[in-house]
Formats: sequence, structure tokens, C-alpha cells
Amino acid sequence: MTAAFPSRIDAALPQRAGVGLKGEHVPEILANRPDIGFFEIHAENYMEVGGAPHRHLETIRRDYPLSLHGVGLSIGGAGPLDRDHLTRLRKVADRYEPGLFSEHLAWSTHDTTYYNDLLPLPYTEATLAHVVSHINQVQDAMGRQMLLENPSTYVAFAESTLSETAFLREIVQRTGCGLLLDVNNVHVSATNHGWSAETYLSEFPLDQVQEIHLGGHAPDIDDDGLPLLIDAHDRAVDQEVWRLFALVANRVGPLPTLIEWDNDVPAWPVLLDEARSADRILSGAASRELRRAHG
Amino acid sequence: MVDHPSPVPGRKAFAAALLAPDLPVPEGVVGRDGRPAGKRFAVYRNNVVVSLTESLKATYPAVTALLGEEYFSALARLYINAHPPQSPILSRYGAELSEFVATFAPLAAYPYLADVARFEWAWLQSYHAADAPVLAAADLAAVPPEALAGTILTAHPAASVLVSAFPVFDLVIANRFEPEASGSVDLSESQTVLFSRPDIDVMFRVIPAGTAALAAALLDGQALGNAAEQAFEADPAFDFSQGLSVLLAAGIFGGLDGRAA
Amino acid sequence: MSKMILSAAFVAGAVATAVSGLSTAAVAQDAKEKCYGVSLAGKNDCKAGPGTTCAGSSTVDYQGNAWTLVPKGTCVSMSVPDGRMGSLEPLTRDLPKS
Repeated sequence: MTAAFPSRIDAALPQRAGVGLKGEHVPEILANRPDIGFFEIHAENYMEVGGAPHRHLETIRRDYPLSLHGVGLSIGGAGPLDRDHLTRLRKVADRYEPGLFSEHLAWSTHDTTYYNDLLPLPYTEATLAHVVSHINQVQDAMGRQMLLENPSTYVAFAESTLSETAFLREIVQRTGCGLLLDVNNVHVSATNHGWSAETYLSEFPLDQVQEIHLGGHAPDIDDDGLPLLIDAHDRAVDQEVWRLFALVANRVGPLPTLIEWDNDVPAWPVLLDEARSADRILSGAASRELRRAHG
Repeated sequence: MVDHPSPVPGRKAFAAALLAPDLPVPEGVVGRDGRPAGKRFAVYRNNVVVSLTESLKATYPAVTALLGEEYFSALARLYINAHPPQSPILSRYGAELSEFVATFAPLAAYPYLADVARFEWAWLQSYHAADAPVLAAADLAAVPPEALAGTILTAHPAASVLVSAFPVFDLVIANRFEPEASGSVDLSESQTVLFSRPDIDVMFRVIPAGTAALAAALLDGQALGNAAEQAFEADPAFDFSQGLSVLLAAGIFGGLDGRAA
Repeated sequence: MSKMILSAAFVAGAVATAVSGLSTAAVAQDAKEKCYGVSLAGKNDCKAGPGTTCAGSSTVDYQGNAWTLVPKGTCVSMSVPDGRMGSLEPLTRDLPKS
């Protein structure tokens, strides 16, 4: 099962919009093969040995490129990485030959308990060294580059000494990993911590970004009545996130861009509409890039 | 070892507080501009409990329907604390729910609930089991007649038997697969269920005592002759050829192992 | 009951019948059998939960009889004094007073 996948198409992701592959949409996708740039899968959903999920994904992979997104590796965890989990990740990657592989700047396991949430970590020299060592280990085990995603956070740590962007920049320099820029996470974290999203983006190593995530968030307020946005992926992409996305796309050019909608998953046409909106912005960025090249 | 010892003892306190709402927000965890984190930390507590509860509901829809969402969520809250996940693969989370339900005193008046949970767990194991070919009847027919009694049929990875003193099949159909159908369940009935997955869809059927004993013995790796004897012990009126037909049609065998018993 | 020993010929005969009977309708006859094509949603996600609701921040006390919730689903009751059987109607009479 680890032989090269007999796909009719190349593994590389196009500079177009893709969507997260949801079980609800599988019948529609299999029946009609909609025109979409790529599908992203959560690696942990394909770690069982057999059955319908693999059968469906194998069929889909024959016609679409895939992006492999891990949600359970706990790269920011205080303990050692789970080697069995790394082996399983490698197996999924070998089986489906994704164009890109990404994970999160977060932790989710402590001791042996898996908390199933992307938990925040302090940004210090000590955690930096730790995350760098984990990412080196991941890239060795996977035999490929990984992309690291910026998180949505709701709290900060008094002990943090580095900004998130400085922390990410340093990781990229020390590990050679790439970045996945989640524009919704930028907006969510900027709002929650009172940063400027534009300043964050101007400090972000945009030249290392290989994939973009967009998604919806849920508005709330904290104890002081200050805005608190939750990265719920439960609705359409917010106007402000579209604006920031256009700003990024026009700066770095078109990139594979994912629409994340994981809660209250909409009917397929609604999700496809979101992807089309992203495609329009990506086309605009592409023609802008062309004009620049020829201007 | 490439890993350093934990450089951040703070994460231990963060982790401990996630499932213990009575603990204070961990020291050094702050909100905007260094204010107390307060409700912001509750976002993480909520994410952990709600996401794991959703995962359990997805694995146990019939148990959820039987108890109602509110009751199931409260039960899940206790279960999550007693059995937090030990793997990041959520399809494997919830294995101990049937035992948890079986020993949960407030549910003592609903003794069939644990078997409904066992059914749903068995169904999920069959759903995710390794893909494997099913023994063709022709392969069994090709075994020399004098060797058949000593023949061992190997178990297909997706096959299993669930013995219940309750109408577990009817309960799951009514509460999960066909909730819109009307009718009632006779709680005095006992049903033993055979799970198989010859292709990608899980099949399940009620089998009588003799067939159940035959299936259990064969899946346990016993030779055909021995297994048949156990089936006749379970049901002296057992129709062996009919029972074996059912098992072959369900696809619970992966192949033949010629060793004599 | 004394343990019976089945003859090799009996086993062979039964297998022959079983194998030939596979193509007939005998197998499906009066069987309670179900098979549903199900495409389960993946359980692993990177979304956050629905906000700051109290699901994670309230304690659920369970000390034996301190548990006051009553199941509100379908078909829940069997060992009750008046002998109600498990009908598939919601057991509204068991709902707690609000």
C-alpha cells in the first residue's frame, strides 16, 4: 500500500482555492467531481487501517491533489514527540502523496493525555529551542519539509519574551521549514490581544509562506467586555479576513488557499462559493503579478 | 534522545487545569495587556470538553438518542475525566464507554445501554478494519471432504460477534439507523449480532444461538468440526449447513488455514 | 449432555450443502440483516469549540445520589413498577419538573 499512488494528476497544489474534505460532501464529490483546486485532509482521520474513508480518499486522490494537515502531533508539547504518531503520519503521506504537509505551532498532548485542542505556548528562548528540535525531528521522519501554521490564541503568557512573528521567523531560519499563514488566525489573535493585524503581517516572513488558510470565527467578549474571537470554523469567512487575504495575496502572489469550515458544515454549493471568492482574489493577485513582471 | 527534558513546567499546570474547572487559571497565563485571563482560559476548557463530547456522540449516536443530548453530555463530562484520550486518533476514543455505562449507578435501571454502546463500538471497529478479501465458497468446496472437519477458517479482520441479553439490534436500528421508523422494541428479547464488512459497508445481522456459537468458535480459530460440536451443544436442533451458509454469505472468513485441529 | 463427536462425513456433507445453498434464497430468509452505506465525518479537526459556554468550566458533581439528571431519550425505561415496556415514544412522564 505504500507504492507510488496511481494518481492521474500531479501531487503539487495549484495556486487556487481548495476546501477541507468533509465526510458530508464525499458523495457529492464522488458523483460530480467538482472543479476545485485541491482538498485538505486532517491526517488523524486517515490513521485507521482500512474501510470507507481510505477507499473514498483513494478515489478522490486520483483526480485531485491533496494537502496533508496534521492536528495531533503536539509540536509545542513539553514532552518528546510521539514516535508512533510520526510513523503513522509518514505512512499517510506515503500512501496519498500530498503536495504539502503542515502542522501547528501549538501543543495538544501532555504526559500521555491528548487534549484535542490547539493549546498555546509561551514564546521564549527555551520553547523556541524545543520547538526547533521537534520540527527537525518531524522533517527527518517525514523525509520532507513541513509547513508550520500560526495559531489562534485566546490567552498570552507573562513569561513570553518574543513576539509570535519573531518566534516563527527564528524557527524558519533554524529548521528550514516553510509556513502556512492562517489569515483568520491572524485576525483572531490580533483582535484578542489588541495587536494590529497589518503590523503582524508586515513582520511575518511572507516569503516563506507556501499555503494560506481562511475560515470563519465566532465573536464573543471577555470578562472586561473586550472582543474575543473564537476560531470556530463555523461560518463564512469574515469581511475583514477577506481584506487581509487580498492584502497578502497582492503582496506575495497567488498561493494554494484553503477554506476551512468544520463546524455546522454547509451544503457543498455554499462551500464551493467561498472557494470561488478566494479564487477571484487569487486571480487578481496573479494578474497583478503579471503586470509587475511585464511593467 | 533528541528531546530535552521539559523546559516549561508551566504546561503541566495548564494541562491539569483544562479538565479541572475548580482549579484556578494557571499562573502566568494572562489576557490582553496582562489582565487576568478569566473567561479566556475557559475557551480552552470548553474546546477540550466540547470537542471530546462531540467525538463520543459521533461514535455513540444510539446511546446519545437513548439518553438525550443533555444527559449524554453530562455523562461524557464524567467519562472524559475518568478516561481522557491517550491517542490523538479520535476514532479510537471511547473504547471504555460501555464499561463506564455498565457500572454507572444512576443508569442501573437501563441495563441494555451498555450493550448498545458495545454494538456501536463493534460497528466502528468493523467500519475501520483492514481491507481484506473474503473466503470464497469455492475455496471451501475445494477442500477434500475428509479434511474439512480439521480445517481452520481464518477470521476476516472486520468480523465479530456480540452476544446480548437484550434486543440490541432492534434498539440500535430504532435509535440510530432508522429513527424515523415507528414501532416498539420488546425489551424481553435477546439478540446476538454478527458484524462483517465484505466490502466497505458494515453488515450486521441477528443470528440464532447455534450459529452464534459456530461463529464464535470459528472466529476464535477452532477447526470446523470442533466449532460445529459447540454449535450443537448450544442448540441441539442446530442446522449446521444453514448456519455455515449464513456465515459464508456474511463474509466473516478471510481464508483457509489447512492445519488439523 | 454428553459431548458429541461429529463424523468427518457429517461435516463434509453439511459443508457441501452450505456451499451449494449460498446461491439460493435460503440465506436471506427471515434474517434480521442490515447494511447501510455510511460516510462518517472525520473526528479529528482543528476548529475551536463554540466559545465560552460553561461546558468546560462547570463541574459536574457525581456522588451517587447527587446525580439528578434523568434520561430524556427514547425507549429508556424497562424495570419500572407499573410494567411499562420500551415504547419508542419519548417518555415525557420521566422528564424532570422544570
